[in-house]
Order: sequence, then C-alpha cells, then structure tokens
Amino acid sequence: MRFDVDGRSVHAATGAVPVDGTDATARPLVLLLHGAGMDRTVWSQQTRWLAHHDARAVAVDLPGHGRSDGPPLGSIAELAAWVAAVAEALGGPVHVVGHSMGAFIGLEAAAHHADSVASLVLMGLGAAMPVHPDLQAAADADDPLAADLMAGWMHGPDQKFGVNPTPGMTMTGTSRAVIETSPDGVLGLDLAMCAAYDGAADAAAAVTCPTTLVLGRLDRMTPRRAAQPIVDVLAHAMVVELATAGHAPMMEEPDVVRSALADHLARA
Amino acid sequence: MVEPDHHRFDTRALHAGQRPDPTTGSRAVPIHQTTSYVFDSVDHAAGLFNLEVSGHLYSRISNPTVAVLEERLASLEGGVGAVCTSSGQAALHLAVATILNAGDHVVASRNIYGGSHNLLNLTMPRFGITTTFVDPRDPDAFSAAIRPETRLVFAETLGNPGIEVLDVAAIAEVAHAHGLPLAVDSTFATPYLMRPIEHGADIVIHSVTKFLGGHGVAIGGVVVDGGRFDWAAGGKFPTLSEPYDGYHGITFTEEFGTAALSMRARAEGLRDFGGCMSPANAFYLLQGVETLPLRMARHVDNTHRVVEMLDAHDAVSWISHPSHPSHPDHELAARLYPNGAGAILSFGVHGGREAGRRFIEAVGLASHLANVGDAKTLVIHPGSTTHQQMSADDLAAAGIGEELIRLSVGLEDPDDICDDLSRALRASQKA
Repeated sequence: MRFDVDGRSVHAATGAVPVDGTDATARPLVLLLHGAGMDRTVWSQQTRWLAHHDARAVAVDLPGHGRSDGPPLGSIAELAAWVAAVAEALGGPVHVVGHSMGAFIGLEAAAHHADSVASLVLMGLGAAMPVHPDLQAAADADDPLAADLMAGWMHGPDQKFGVNPTPGMTMTGTSRAVIETSPDGVLGLDLAMCAAYDGAADAAAAVTCPTTLVLGRLDRMTPRRAAQPIVDVLAHAMVVELATAGHAPMMEEPDVVRSALADHLARA
Repeated sequence: MVEPDHHRFDTRALHAGQRPDPTTGSRAVPIHQTTSYVFDSVDHAAGLFNLEVSGHLYSRISNPTVAVLEERLASLEGGVGAVCTSSGQAALHLAVATILNAGDHVVASRNIYGGSHNLLNLTMPRFGITTTFVDPRDPDAFSAAIRPETRLVFAETLGNPGIEVLDVAAIAEVAHAHGLPLAVDSTFATPYLMRPIEHGADIVIHSVTKFLGGHGVAIGGVVVDGGRFDWAAGGKFPTLSEPYDGYHGITFTEEFGTAALSMRARAEGLRDFGGCMSPANAFYLLQGVETLPLRMARHVDNTHRVVEMLDAHDAVSWISHPSHPSHPDHELAARLYPNGAGAILSFGVHGGREAGRRFIEAVGLASHLANVGDAKTLVIHPGSTTHQQMSADDLAAAGIGEELIRLSVGLEDPDDICDDLSRALRASQKA
C-alpha cells in the first residue's frame, strides 16, 4: 500500500487487506512503527494476522526506510509529528504499536499529538537508549559490521542457536539483511537520534491513552531495568514481561505479542 | 572494536537451528516422522493456511526436522532462510519456477552439472523458459547474453567437472547491473570453503546429497535465500512483487521484504510442486552437516596429496584442479578459496577413451559410481554417464573430453587413495 504524507510517498504492509482512509467501520486502525535501520517487515508476524482479525493494520516504512520516500527525519519529535500526519492521512486516530525507536516515536506522539493516538503498545524500549560507540561508528561508516552487531544484540540468547518460529528462516540472518539493505546513512542517523532523545520519561508521564508495554527480560539493547522509569510513570499501563525474549519480542515471541495486541485492542 | 555476538561457523554447523527438545530433553535432532500437526483451534488453522501466523501444518510444506536443516544451512551460508527439497535438482527447479514465468530467459554458465544443463536446455523450454549458455570465466559473455526478458543468471561456484572457479563478485556485478539476481550452485564448495552471499550472490543452491550430507546415504537439496536482492525494483519479478491470488492477494515483497523469495518458494513451490525433503533424510543429512568443517578440511588435504601424486605420474596427461598451477583459475582460487578449492578434480589418462576405461575398471578402493562428495573416494567417466545426454559439441564446449576422469577425493588414508590410483594408472597403460 502507498499513500502520501507531506507530499512524500509512504509504503506500508497491510496484510493484503486494503486500508481506506474513508473506511467507516469500527475496526481499529493500527499503525506499526519499526526501529532503527529496520522496516515494516519486523511486524510480519502481526500485520497480516491483525488485518484478518478485525483490525486495519498499517505497518509503515518510516521516511527514508524500506520503500518509503526519503529523506529520513532527524529527530523523534519530527517523527512523532509525522505519525500525526499519517493518522490524519489514514482517517485516524491510530493505535500505535512501536518497537525500540518506534516506541520512542509512539511515546512522543501520544504525549504531544494526543488527538492522533488512540492507544500505545510499546516494546523494546528504555527511558534512554545509549548506543555503543563502536556500533555508532560502524553505522556512520555504513560498515556491514553495524548490521552484524545489531543482529547479534537485538535477539535473546536463544537466537544464537535459532529455532525461528517461521520454519526455515533464521532470525539473526533476517535482521542482519534488513539492516544491511537499509539505505546508506539511515542506521547511523536513527541510532544517533535514539541516543540523543531524552524525553521518554517526560513523554510517558504525559501519556493518558491506554498503554501496554511488552518487555523482554533478556533484552540486551534496552535492558529490562532501563524500562522501569517508563513503567513507574505509566501507572495505568499493562505490562507483559517475556522471560526468554530479547529486544525484539514481536519476532521472538510472535504468539505472545499477538495475544497482547488482541488483549490491548479489546480494552483500548 | 567489539565483535558480533554470534556463534562461529564450526559451532553453527553443530547447533544452528536447534535447541534441546523442551519436552523430552532430546539432545539430537528428533525425527518428526509425521505428516501433519494438530491445530490449536479453527482460527489457528485458518491463520496457518493464510500465512497470518507461522508454524507447521503439513510436512509437504514444512516439518520440524527439515526446518532444523534449513535454518542451519541458511545460517552457514549467511542467508535469511532456506527451503530444503527432495534433491538438488528439485532445488534448482524450485528456484527457477519461483522466480521465472513462461517467456522468461536465463543466462547460465555452460560448465554445469549435466542434469542442470538438461533441465535448462531441454526441459524448461517446454514451459516457455529458455537459457543461453556462456563461458563462466567471461563476465562480458554473461552481459552480452542478457536480453530484456532475462530474469536470472546462474552458474556453479566450482564447475562440473572442470572445476572452473566462478568469480562470484564479478558475475554478481554483471547481474545486478541489469537488475537481475545471481543464483549459484555451490555444491562442490560448501559454505565451509566459500560463502557466495558474502561475494554478492543472491541465491545459493546445493545438492545436500554431496559434501554437506557427506556420507552418500540420502538425497536432498536446498535453496538458500540471500535476502539482499530487491525483487520489487524494476517490476521484473511479478511472482514476488505483485499480488498473488493463491493467498488472497498477498504481495510477498510487501509482507516479507528480505524473505520474499523463501516465503514464496515454500508457500507456493512446496505446496504446488511438492518437492519436499523427508524428515528422515533431513536427519541423515544433519549428521553430515555437524562434521562438515572437519570433513572438508580432510577432503581438501587428501585432494592436495592426490594432485601431487597425479602430477608426478607418467600415465596422466593433464590435471584439472584449481590448486594446480596449470589450472586457469589458480590465482582466483587462491583468493576466493583460502581453505582449498574443493575435493573434486578431473584428469586425463594417456591413451584416450580405452585407457580411461581400463583405469576405471582397475581401481579397487575408489568406487565407480555416479555421485560426488561421499566420505569414500569416487571415480566416474562423465562422457559416458553424468554428461552422456549432452551432444558432442556441448561436451566439447564444456571441456569434457573422452579421456576425462572425474575424481571425488574421500576421507580414507591419503596413502591408500594414492596407492589405489597409482595401481589403476599403471593398469590403464597396459593395452
């Protein structure tokens, strides 16, 4: 699916179910936001399922990522404003499902563009996201090492062995390929943006919409304890903790994440 | 500088794709000898059939034992995923049939396995897919043969039987400059010796029967999806980038991105063509993959010993192996294959066809049969067996002379292999 926002084409997966901005059905409109250097396909275990389970699913490629027009945007605040524009284009408000950088964008959008955000599901986040200097340096240089480092760190230790829920696929290999094929410069920009963002706790304190946090206890990029300041201020949030998941629960524990989404949308 | 946190190659050969069975604690990969899998609910069943959720539903499409082998091979090659098939030929067919349509065209190396040559040259034209064969050592020849309707470039990383060494990066550059993917058959190399995706290949095909399985006990193939090729750019690959009625309008590039090829190959290819691998064969082949690094190192060491022996033997007219200085790709092989360019070699015996026949009949330790990549040393005369359906002109173009003997060097004591070959060579010269 393609649609225009601010004069630029946005590409999204919708589970092959068309999403029309004039759709007047009561089906919730779910906007899925990927993380740094990634694209819409991180949600492939949820998008098509949502689309066939009473939701309108729109897993976007953020500007300059995947097949969406660039340029990439340079701050979490700009991306939050972009989410509001997307919601308007889709006839929103939207239920935002965000991973990592996408979770930051969701928080910021819910805090500062509250009319555009019906609810939040956030995963793979902390109050801050410091970036290892070697990773930042490799990403800035468009060195494939950056993809390799991220693919190794973003999944729980079980994925060093594998056993992908999708038969025949390798999770670390897929993550590496997605990051590796992102346009030059995008990962470095995204990581720097995540490291620079210091508004997560304040944004969380301002969030009033229904919120669910899905947290992997074995997350090495944003360790579980790093999410605690967010959990503390989001008193009304539902927290789903996964004992064996790392930074990417939607890939590592897709069944649990689908259940969490269903529960969330039922109460949102 | 920090290093990526992945298991290294030898560890992945043993562990990738498997954790001990959570129910039974089985350390070895269990053989899931089942056709089908109980659904949690009607909704779960519908979700599996509609690609909304992943999992196993019927063993023609996926099976837990086969999935371990698929994930392991994908990991070893550095791909995003893999689809195992009933044979290496089924793998090549699956790749071609997933990507191409009637009216499309392939540019392929002319120095490939006879069965692959048959498929592309004789059989696929019946379905409207044609192939132009070119010299694998000439990137310009690939470029010149590409037409507007070309959709795939195909070659073997180590040619059969001449062991032509493909400059993977150079051919990938040609293919990519034309918006085309490069698929390589890397059966002779295995990911232990060379990983084509790291050099720009997009698809890696294996006859897993050979060195990966390593023991000559099971037939199987695999298509490894590199995940880096942009199937949606240029509009040349509608099976991947256009809506497919087979799954209610799904567009594989949109939904699965880097995994589009492997998802379509399984969801359509195994569903409709049905060339799946059996779980028992996957188990046998996994036993081989576990020791791939150890075996390939020994295969290569033994091959070097055999090349030395043949080089010094009066009955041998020529030797073709990239480790030999006379091989046209000797320098390229040293660059691409620092751990050795495989364990298949060919050589000529003075005295032509008759001497070759006497050699074959005189070997005792080496086995005369139509296979390569066994733990045991194997010999064959391709002109009368594996490549016999090729015309005289095609044989000549592929460099397969009547005197050519193909040798797959095994894991026996290298002195015993050399003794056996040396005895047979002496016998070959006694008219």
